[in-house]
Amino acid sequence: MALRGNLRDFTVTQLLNLINLAHKSGTLVIEGPNEAAKVSFRDGKLAYAQIGQEDNRLASVLHRSNKLTTGQLRAIQTRAVQVSDKELGLLLINAGYMSQDDILNSLQSYFTDVVRRLFTWVEGFFRFENEMTPPDDRITVRLDLENLIIEGARQLREWEQLQDEIPSLDMALKFIERPGTSMQKMNLSVEEWRVVSYINPRNTIQQIASAAKMSDLEIRRIVYGLLQAGLVEVVRPEGAPQAAERARPQVTVQNREEQKSLVNRLITRIRSI
Amino acid sequence: MQTVKMVVTGPFSAGKTEFIRSVSEIDVVSTERKVSADGERAVKNATTVAMDFGRITVDEDLVLYLFGTPGQKRFDFMWEILSEGMLGFIVMVDSTRPETFREARSILETFRAYAPTPYVVAANKQDMSDAWDIEDMRHALRLDGKVKLLPCVASDKTTVKNVLLELLYSILAEMDGGDK
Repeated sequence: MALRGNLRDFTVTQLLNLINLAHKSGTLVIEGPNEAAKVSFRDGKLAYAQIGQEDNRLASVLHRSNKLTTGQLRAIQTRAVQVSDKELGLLLINAGYMSQDDILNSLQSYFTDVVRRLFTWVEGFFRFENEMTPPDDRITVRLDLENLIIEGARQLREWEQLQDEIPSLDMALKFIERPGTSMQKMNLSVEEWRVVSYINPRNTIQQIASAAKMSDLEIRRIVYGLLQAGLVEVVRPEGAPQAAERARPQVTVQNREEQKSLVNRLITRIRSI
Repeated sequence: MQTVKMVVTGPFSAGKTEFIRSVSEIDVVSTERKVSADGERAVKNATTVAMDFGRITVDEDLVLYLFGTPGQKRFDFMWEILSEGMLGFIVMVDSTRPETFREARSILETFRAYAPTPYVVAANKQDMSDAWDIEDMRHALRLDGKVKLLPCVASDKTTVKNVLLELLYSILAEMDGGDK
């Protein structure tokens, strides 16, 4: 069944974590606003990656990692057009230009770099294709995902900290009556001014973000800054209903044996429906 | 007459009303109104703003009430009230809408904080072609292996019964555990 969704809901780091935990094999296809990426896995390990139209053939990867000179790259690209990556790798090893480790390390480094770039993608759609494998003529690697996940998690940390500081965007903001810092000494950016202009106990933070055309992360950053500066405070939006008086518990079960008997009666009844 | 209640919660449009409707012996008392927010209207036209209310009579002395919580976050002030005295709760998750998984997780945490009662998670709409696999959902929802994540189709009485029974078994198991 489908493993697909939106990067707004699942970050690349979370997807890598899922693939790692579930030992998945297949290809994660991510369609970002400007380009698409394909990252292949085998048994939960990174095997191959391609981003946009970027040349990821072995010769280009080796050139990027300074294992081939520009002249050597051109020579290979003109004279060895028909040679597959696997054949080229064997030729280079047999000719003594480089070792198998040099080739694998270069590929691992390149594929890792592709995944790192994906960490910055926050918009786009993803799908996991179980049947899609890397092209046959390409060399694949087997790279544990844990370190990449940790790296991605660090980038997520800022987002999560902001979520902790401002857990709900359904609250409103109100200017503090006597701010600790003089407003005149404060330099606000254009974005901060845009937010400030909408601050009103009737407007939720979400509504402000929508009016100022800001993402959740952007509005949280700015609101956090304003809170830290002691300019505003978070308040319940005006007009929001207050929590009603707590209802009295309905369960009046006396003891555990009675409770068990009650649950067993419920089980019998549900089974009979 | 003794009454006990279970709460059916979950994000907006997860299928809570339909779940209760499948097993309730009375027409579900549902307070629905037209959806005002554009994003929500795209999903369904009416939503529960107060609560759904279903009933299953067990015998002359015992009645089970099923309460469905409002799915929209702006009514979350109702959750704590509804969670008072509940026997257990069910978190409904729409398997085809991964964008709601994070909210489902948040709702689950909130209800656990309100009352440490047993709970199960129902992966609804498992009959749809774009439904996520149960195990993928478990990872995505960050559910411990011990938490029951059950396939469900809210309109199918058999799967709804199974979810209710699994919750009751969990409640019973906890009582047995408490005895030791």
